[in-house]
Amino acid sequence: MKKVGNHNSITRKLLLGLTLSVIFSLSLFAQEAAPVVAVADVAAAPAVAGAGDAIKGKELFNGNCAACHKLDAKATGPALRGVINRHDMPWLYKWIRNSSELIKSGDPAAIKIYEEYNKAVMSNFPQLSDADIDNIIAYTSEPKMEAPVAVAGAEVLPGAAPADSGMSNNIILGALALVMIVLVVMLFLVNKVLTTVAKANGIEVAPKTPTTPIWKAFARNQFLVLISSVFLLLASAYFVYGFLMQVGVDQDYAPIQPIHYSHRIHAGSNGINCNYCHSSARVSKHSGIPSLNVCMNCHKSIAEVSDTTATPEYSKAFYDNEIQKLYKAVGWDAENQKYTGKTEPVKWVRIHNLPSFVYFNHSQHVNVAGVECQTCHGPVQEYEIQKQFAPLTMSWCINCHRKTEVKMEGNEYYTKIHEELSKKYGVEKLTAAQMGGLECGKCHY
Amino acid sequence: MSSNKKYWKSVEELDESSSIVGALKNNEFVEEIPTDEFLGNIDALASSSTTRRDFLKYVGFSTAAATLAACEGPVNKSIPYVLQPEQIIPGIADYYATSVFDGFDFANLLVKTREGRPIKIDNNTIEGANFSANARIHASILSLYDSMRLKEPKIDGKASTWSSVDSKIKLSIADASAKGGQVVLFTNTLASPSTEKLISEFLGKNPNAKHVIYDAVSESEALDAFETVYGERALVNYDFSKASLIVSVGADFLGDWQGGGYAAGYAQGRIPKGGRMSRHFQMESNVTLSGAAADKRLAMSTANQKQALVHIYNIVSNSSVAVTLDPEFKAEVTKVGQQLKAAGSKGLIVSGIQDKNAQILVIAINQILSSDGFAKSGVRQIRKGSNIKVSQLVADMNAGKVHTLIMSGINPVYTLPNSTAFVQGIKKVKTSVSFSLKDDETASISTIAAAVPHYLESWNDLSIVKGNYSITQPTIRPLFTTKQFQDVLLSLNGETGSFYDYIKLNSSEIIAGSTWNQVLHDGVFVGSSVNISVGSADYNGAATTLAKSKSGKGLELVLYTKTGLGDGQQANNPWLQEFPDPITRVSWDNYLTVSKADADKYEMSNEIVANGGLNGSYATITTVDGLKLENVPVIVQPGQAVGTVGLALGYGRKSAMKEEMIVGLNAYPLYKNFDNIQNITLENAGGEHEFACVQGQKTLMGRGDIIKETSLEIFNTKQPEFWNKQPVVSLDHKEVEATTVDLWEPFDRSVGHHFNLSIDLNACTGCGACVIACHAENNVPVVGKAEIRRSRDMHWLRIDRYYSSEDTFAGDNERKENISGLSSSLSTFNEMEKAGENPQVSFQPVMCQHCNHAPCETVCPVAATSHSRQGQNHMAYNRCVGTRYCANNCPYKVRRFNWFLYNKNSEFDYHMNDDLGRMVLNPDVNVRSRGVMEKCSMCIQMTQATILKAKNEGRPVVDGEFQTACSNACAQGAMKFGDINDTDAVITELVADDRMYHLLEHVGTKPNVIYHVKVRNT
Repeated sequence: MKKVGNHNSITRKLLLGLTLSVIFSLSLFAQEAAPVVAVADVAAAPAVAGAGDAIKGKELFNGNCAACHKLDAKATGPALRGVINRHDMPWLYKWIRNSSELIKSGDPAAIKIYEEYNKAVMSNFPQLSDADIDNIIAYTSEPKMEAPVAVAGAEVLPGAAPADSGMSNNIILGALALVMIVLVVMLFLVNKVLTTVAKANGIEVAPKTPTTPIWKAFARNQFLVLISSVFLLLASAYFVYGFLMQVGVDQDYAPIQPIHYSHRIHAGSNGINCNYCHSSARVSKHSGIPSLNVCMNCHKSIAEVSDTTATPEYSKAFYDNEIQKLYKAVGWDAENQKYTGKTEPVKWVRIHNLPSFVYFNHSQHVNVAGVECQTCHGPVQEYEIQKQFAPLTMSWCINCHRKTEVKMEGNEYYTKIHEELSKKYGVEKLTAAQMGGLECGKCHY
Repeated sequence: MSSNKKYWKSVEELDESSSIVGALKNNEFVEEIPTDEFLGNIDALASSSTTRRDFLKYVGFSTAAATLAACEGPVNKSIPYVLQPEQIIPGIADYYATSVFDGFDFANLLVKTREGRPIKIDNNTIEGANFSANARIHASILSLYDSMRLKEPKIDGKASTWSSVDSKIKLSIADASAKGGQVVLFTNTLASPSTEKLISEFLGKNPNAKHVIYDAVSESEALDAFETVYGERALVNYDFSKASLIVSVGADFLGDWQGGGYAAGYAQGRIPKGGRMSRHFQMESNVTLSGAAADKRLAMSTANQKQALVHIYNIVSNSSVAVTLDPEFKAEVTKVGQQLKAAGSKGLIVSGIQDKNAQILVIAINQILSSDGFAKSGVRQIRKGSNIKVSQLVADMNAGKVHTLIMSGINPVYTLPNSTAFVQGIKKVKTSVSFSLKDDETASISTIAAAVPHYLESWNDLSIVKGNYSITQPTIRPLFTTKQFQDVLLSLNGETGSFYDYIKLNSSEIIAGSTWNQVLHDGVFVGSSVNISVGSADYNGAATTLAKSKSGKGLELVLYTKTGLGDGQQANNPWLQEFPDPITRVSWDNYLTVSKADADKYEMSNEIVANGGLNGSYATITTVDGLKLENVPVIVQPGQAVGTVGLALGYGRKSAMKEEMIVGLNAYPLYKNFDNIQNITLENAGGEHEFACVQGQKTLMGRGDIIKETSLEIFNTKQPEFWNKQPVVSLDHKEVEATTVDLWEPFDRSVGHHFNLSIDLNACTGCGACVIACHAENNVPVVGKAEIRRSRDMHWLRIDRYYSSEDTFAGDNERKENISGLSSSLSTFNEMEKAGENPQVSFQPVMCQHCNHAPCETVCPVAATSHSRQGQNHMAYNRCVGTRYCANNCPYKVRRFNWFLYNKNSEFDYHMNDDLGRMVLNPDVNVRSRGVMEKCSMCIQMTQATILKAKNEGRPVVDGEFQTACSNACAQGAMKFGDINDTDAVITELVADDRMYHLLEHVGTKPNVIYHVKVRNT
């Protein structure tokens, strides 16, 4: 496991500063880039569809259709881009509002689709007006847009600027160092020249009077020796302590996982609630690594990431490949939209390893105490690679128990205990420690 | 009076002149520990090349090296489900209601499963689930994970497939009908309506087939008697809670007599309420759990028991059958008979004598009394075996009449007394099939060893008591390639579908008014109760025949089953092997129990040797037929009837056993004619046997007043101060009650929960279910025979057994006799009361007392053990450095030290050493490593879980929710657990009870475990 020292080094702080500045400068550029893309979107829309409003259509599409349809790929239902080329509008009105009726009526096109998609009946949308459907069709009729990628790519280029400026900094630093060396060399040469000149002029350069070397003088000064050895001892004790204290502490442990799963995308960009996947955190001691069928609730219809999800570090192709790994593990045949039954359970590397003599219960903290997941797990929504945020040491647990007030409102379990305890301690709010949260046996059995 | 009674643990202590008595009071061991053997040799010590400094250097270096090596942690993997089953949430336990009957034991259960694997057995407490688990059933969960189980079917000893097994059996049956040979289904008692129906269908299809039922431990005589009187092969399901006077003639009804399961009902009547409790007379030869619980125990041989039964019959029925009862018992038995007659319908008599006439007399007496406990709770169907039919089968086999033999649930090669004849016979059988969990003695010589699933992996239905229906459901997918006997029968009958479908279909008519899902959920269905009908027989004739029965020559050997191993099915279960017998406190052995008088006669003895272990002589048993059993270890058993010896069945298994588990001697060969009474001669075989006995260990160092007991008379007439005396100490030269003096400041315990555990000595029968339940719940390791012998047992909960004799309060005795108005019999009576010949027995479960002022806490140098506000004494294993100061300072000797690493250690090859066995471990409790102290935690994982459940649901905890493993397992209701800060809780009432006392009150430890004074209805 990766080891991390207990002390914050200066270099780490410097690095952090640098990273922060880079991040901020990046986001500045990103904001500049955004409007450009939007403009391109708007400009492209009217050019394609005359009948409907593609922007409204996109909204409707995302609200009603996107659960089963994608524009360019098969999902539960067929890909919808250019659907107008396959069917005429009156047929589409009928199909969207009540597809089963159309099938019953014996429409050959309808039956064909019905058969092709494993006889899955499409939901009816009687609430959609003709205009709405026109809008949706307008949206689906837009040509596949490669432009934004190019635009984004172009706009990202200035994003490289901070890196460039870093480079120039290095050049400046290099130049400065070179100047420094030149100066030293010059000083040496000047000194040599002066001595030669003096010698030539017959001026006697006073020879160095022999003095006791500084280290000898130091060694003779017992007081100094004492002070420095005390200092040395203290310093080494400090570092030894620091080393020993980090034994078994795996803060920032971020192992490589069999599938590159990004919390940034799921919890951050998509805002999925932690409890959606880690559902047992509310009821059980384990937060639970979600079983793969939970992944498939969404990934059945999300076979690839959007272009905007990709980062300079991780390309779209990379992410798409990770989703393919999931499909392989769960045995999902994306082509035919069905499970093959061949599964390969994913062997995740466990990040948070509590020793077996510690009992920790998620539901106590998540459900009863209402502690945010982020309190212990850090800004998970920002993590591209999940890591251990907290040190998970006993002092860390205890400090929190000392400081955290127990959430008692609305929980009848606490009514009596709260009354008695607040009388005992003379306070209205009680900490977990006052509830007995520091007792050994509460966590060790 | 309670405190002036003398308690003793071994016969040696009764001898005033013995030096051991004095030594034991002050020392843990009688003899000096031979430290000189290894320290005395100065030369050897001096010539050692390792100096102290070198030693320290090595220690320092290896510590540093170990520290550095420990810096790299392992990479752990987490593998979630691909498709998570809806009902499973990792970390949350699921419970399944099921029932078990394995041919010997039966119970209605709740099985706790975690992540799909069963880890603990609890009692099903729903109405109608009347049978709670005994120690063996609690331990059966470990038998599921037995690594020695048969993992696939075998044909001729080679691994095979089920399809070839099926076809082979089918072919054989076809061959049998073609050649006119017999097909015999040889099974244990099934008590399963569906299986019985399936078998009758099979018999219908195969006219040359027959079904023979065999019970390894026979109740055939009682069944015959019941059949004679009522025309039905069944056993009475007695209700001991309805009886105020219980007379048992040789029936260990608190043990395994007629299947057992009577302890809960019995205990109900034993707790004094409103000045009344039941009275229990026991006449027996071995000391049994029932004898231990009895108010009056008469140690008598079976020959005398038969006469006594007739004598009682005479009194109750006003008959006058001639009786030849020993004069020393006459007065007492007469008294019993008169009291029984007076009790009328509140009286109840039971008998364990394996004699049809005796069993008929029991029915007769109960009929005359019109006993409530006899007539009103239906009949049991858990024993159906017929000795005659089994003997006939063995004869048929040897005569070559049996073509195909299909066995299920039995191990006749091991259990049959005429096992050699059976082995001869099986060689003449064309095809023998043994449906078995293990490749046991029988399966290994059968043509086909058919691997069956454990009951926790099977479907079945049961009708333990007529009219009551329960379902056995699987709690885990079969671990191995197994198939149920019934599923094979279905395919033999040419039917498709599984046995599950068959049960479901079959149950619909039985569970009228309910649904399958409901019954499956509840585990039981209560049908209309079937009372015993009317019936009669020639009772006087039976009495006459019984009275005339001659006793044989020589000593009477009484074969019995031990609380631990029972009939021996689970002999490979380390929990049961290590379970100390409640009476002798010996584990890992069976032995001959011999009375003191007989032991003296044959110069046999027990002694405690230097290391604290118990040694005993060897004896050789010779039956009247000349059958010999050599080198049987001897335990001198106080209370054993003179002229009788006892020996347990169920030991000496050899096949499919781990090496450590092959202990004891097989007594089944002596079980001739399925009669548990055999006439034998005894010889001293010389040599010494090393027992693993926890009897003389963990002594209380001469501190008395551990057990408080009194008689019902005194309890009813005197003030509590008299019979539950508080100890006094001297304070300022005045005697004050010990509870009022304290070195320490009291804690405020009024806030939140404060747990107390109450143990009623009246209700405790010493059955040991709590001990095994504690093992299962708390991952208690098994240490093996050698370690037990070194007093290194790890039982968190032990049941101490104390013998007491009344020789020190003759005055009380006299008064008691005066009250009963039978002073004439006093002299005889006193004769019998001679210490050691017939002691009274008291059981006392002792676990950590969770003292409010705990002596262990103050001496721990690293504060590894500390106190909680909830009353539990915490033990932080990770903090413990193993000084063992705490164990030394504990007055109750309940702390256990891990001398070794007991898991994943091939030196301790028990369940924790194999992957399968470790599946039983409770994931909520830490598995301790070497060098740390451990002890009862008052099941803090359970109390914490209960609290969390209430918090999650936003409600206060309801009384009865707080439980410990032991209180859950205690069907007798002797152990009750709860929160004393809940004013309405049952436990609060128990704490305020007059009978309440603390163990060693004068020490001032203020324990959170309370006891209730034992009251005897003498």
